[in-house]
Amino acid sequence: MTTPKADDFAIELKGIDKRFGEVHANRNINLQVQKGTIHGIVGENGAGKSTLMSIIYGFYHADKGEILIDGKAVKITSSEVAIASGIGMVHQHFMLVNTFSVLENLMLGAEGGMVLKNGMSAARDELRRLEQDYSLEIDPDAIVEDLPVGLQQRVEILKALYRGAKILILDEPTGVLTPQETDHLFKILHALKEQGTTIILITHKLREIMDATDHVSVMRQGEMVAHVKTSETNREHLAELMVGRKVRFEVEKESQSVGDCALSIKNLNYVDSQGVKRLKGLNFEVNAGEIVGIAGVSGNGQSELLSVLSGIDDFDAGEIKIGSEVITPDGGQTPFTLRGLGVGHVPEDRHRMGLINQFEAKEAFILGHHKESAYNGKLLQNKKQILDDCQEKMHEWDVRPPNPNLKTASFSGGNQQKLVIAREVEKDPSIFLVGQPTRGVDIGAIEFIHKRIVDMRNQGKAVLLVSVELDEIMSLSDRILVMFDGEIVGEMAGHDADEKTIGLMMANAHTTDAEQEVSQ
Amino acid sequence: MLEFYFNWIVLPMDSMLRLSTPLVLCALAGMFSERSGVVNIALEGKLLAGAFAAAATAAVTGSAWAGLFAAMATGIVLAMLHGFATITHRGDQIVSGMAINILVAGITVILGRFWFGQGGQTPNLQGNARFESIDFIGAEFISNIPLIGPLYSEVLSGHSLMLYLAFVMVPLAWYLLFKTRFGLRLRAVGEAPAAVDTAGISVTWLRYRALIICGVLTGIAGAYLSTGSSTAQFIPNMSAGKGYIALAALIFGKWRPVQAMMGCFLFGLLEAYAIRLQGTEIPGLGTIPVQFIEMVPYVLTVILLAGFIGRANPPKAIGVPYVKERE
Repeated sequence: MTTPKADDFAIELKGIDKRFGEVHANRNINLQVQKGTIHGIVGENGAGKSTLMSIIYGFYHADKGEILIDGKAVKITSSEVAIASGIGMVHQHFMLVNTFSVLENLMLGAEGGMVLKNGMSAARDELRRLEQDYSLEIDPDAIVEDLPVGLQQRVEILKALYRGAKILILDEPTGVLTPQETDHLFKILHALKEQGTTIILITHKLREIMDATDHVSVMRQGEMVAHVKTSETNREHLAELMVGRKVRFEVEKESQSVGDCALSIKNLNYVDSQGVKRLKGLNFEVNAGEIVGIAGVSGNGQSELLSVLSGIDDFDAGEIKIGSEVITPDGGQTPFTLRGLGVGHVPEDRHRMGLINQFEAKEAFILGHHKESAYNGKLLQNKKQILDDCQEKMHEWDVRPPNPNLKTASFSGGNQQKLVIAREVEKDPSIFLVGQPTRGVDIGAIEFIHKRIVDMRNQGKAVLLVSVELDEIMSLSDRILVMFDGEIVGEMAGHDADEKTIGLMMANAHTTDAEQEVSQ
Repeated sequence: MLEFYFNWIVLPMDSMLRLSTPLVLCALAGMFSERSGVVNIALEGKLLAGAFAAAATAAVTGSAWAGLFAAMATGIVLAMLHGFATITHRGDQIVSGMAINILVAGITVILGRFWFGQGGQTPNLQGNARFESIDFIGAEFISNIPLIGPLYSEVLSGHSLMLYLAFVMVPLAWYLLFKTRFGLRLRAVGEAPAAVDTAGISVTWLRYRALIICGVLTGIAGAYLSTGSSTAQFIPNMSAGKGYIALAALIFGKWRPVQAMMGCFLFGLLEAYAIRLQGTEIPGLGTIPVQFIEMVPYVLTVILLAGFIGRANPPKAIGVPYVKERE
């Protein structure tokens, strides 16, 4: 390989170092990104990817090191300087003003004069040009909060291009997208690349790195551990570099015979507070010792199914049978009573429902079990018991750092999720409801969590798994149900499942009538 | 009939304009502050401080204009104090605001006693030390035209300069907020400060500027209370909750200038009728107790805020200090 000249690089980092108090977020980072390529940066959560990008974008200042753009050293002291140097960033959490129109969002920071009027029509023309050049159609007058997530992301990209970005950084861009939206995004990125834009793609999804990038750099614990050509590596190798040890993608699972029916659902109907029918006559069973996976594009009733089964929302018609207990609509069930019947629930959104961010780990760890006698004295809580219990489980579940007094918000996604799953599993439920167990969780933790879910099954628990990650559903489930528009539209055994068939069912494009009559 | 029209339509409307002037200025002040994401419960304190500064300065210098500038300066100083606590040091905005209110309620009385020795009041302002009312051209003549005449000569004409200033501020504020670069950024910073920051704009400086505008407007409102209205002196606690009512009107108007002004009019009109009704015999009901009438605007405030205006969507980032996120 010939050594490229310095100005072949759109951006070059030399010895970037950054500390936040005790945390050494970036250690002596070197990176070279070739012009007109898509360069992936992978690493687990907390590896320092986002810090590094924030330094490039002028959000933080490096303690040491140098940034070269087009071969020239640039001091990026603020986002303003970064933008002026041709750097654009699409943040993981969109930096959009939701109540503004697309056009207003585009103009923010580049209004073209004190009075908006002239700038507005200039911006409209420029937007039209960008739309044509990159085929990124959008309605300039649409209010951002009315747009679907995929289009909001498009606004972010357009914003960067509008400010003249030659280097586009995307931070975990696919986390919020459906598979179709993801495909579309990558098409856009390739089009941008064709037009000479340099793209830096930060992700922890290796499949995306393999699909979309030309080069890839791997970060681990604040350091750059490898730079490789994407064509010369593979998923397993990258995962090993990221985690620092070999990672198994396949989940080890012995086949086992199932036990009695633990959860039986008959003609379950649920209408939400807006009057929309979310669950339309569901029928299925989950037996002890099996994992039933619910596949589907997000928003087809999976979330509602979980909230009904866990007692958060009351259903409107039908029947749920837990063990020998029959639950009817308005039966007065609450998450608390259902917990008493042996239902454990890992909610889909750990930030909204699984944890309280401002609580300490030990407090979050007893949520929902806080009334148990073990945790309570006559009058006051038994703080010591709570602390000891949490401490013990944190070690057992390898939650890092194992400090029960730390605020939940200070843990990484994977460790937060371990905390939630540990809380539910340790109460030994007979029915285990799991929603999106590995959303926003890094690879090492995914492997661990998957193993624990399979353990539950091996112990003879009935596991209902809801996930939008098809890979996860396929590798864990003994049986797969596909949901579409509040109905179950297909069922298959886990070992027969193939992505294409499930994908078609998820889009409700399959035609076999026999499969409509499932789970009877 | 004509007498009824004059007493129950014309005069209350005249009072309404006078009574809603400080409300309109304060509501606009609050709008700039809150649109930038800083809760401003300190309007009350700034209003009172402005009133004191204006009256005290006018009493000493003999110039109402000097008083006005002193009031604006005081408003800015207090706004900067609020900003220093809440923007720079990310303190709680409600606590800081309340602290300012309490501080001002006390310090104005102490300084007033110390300087003027009249139990906290300032001397009655005469001549150039107060803003005289301005009569419109031909007011005398037009007042003879039935129905419309009194509206011109009584309602519109004959107020102090600051009242007119207040109502000119409304379209100006609207223009600034919705038609200029500053306005766009201001609205953005109250909704999504991170978006503003990543667009290369300083969140801190924007919020400080919003607070400066807020200080100036509350200063004018204070000067109106003590040098521009019929009172013409400072009286302890003369703001009497107007800052809070202005805040209510702002919410009522959903943080929009013209609608907020309408809210101020409504509260002004209620107060005007409350004053009118005092001691008046109502057929079938007799004399309504003064206390009851005085209560009406506040009760209506609660009812209106509770049910009639629908959901008020405040700026999303309101009350939240901006901290750059860290992974």
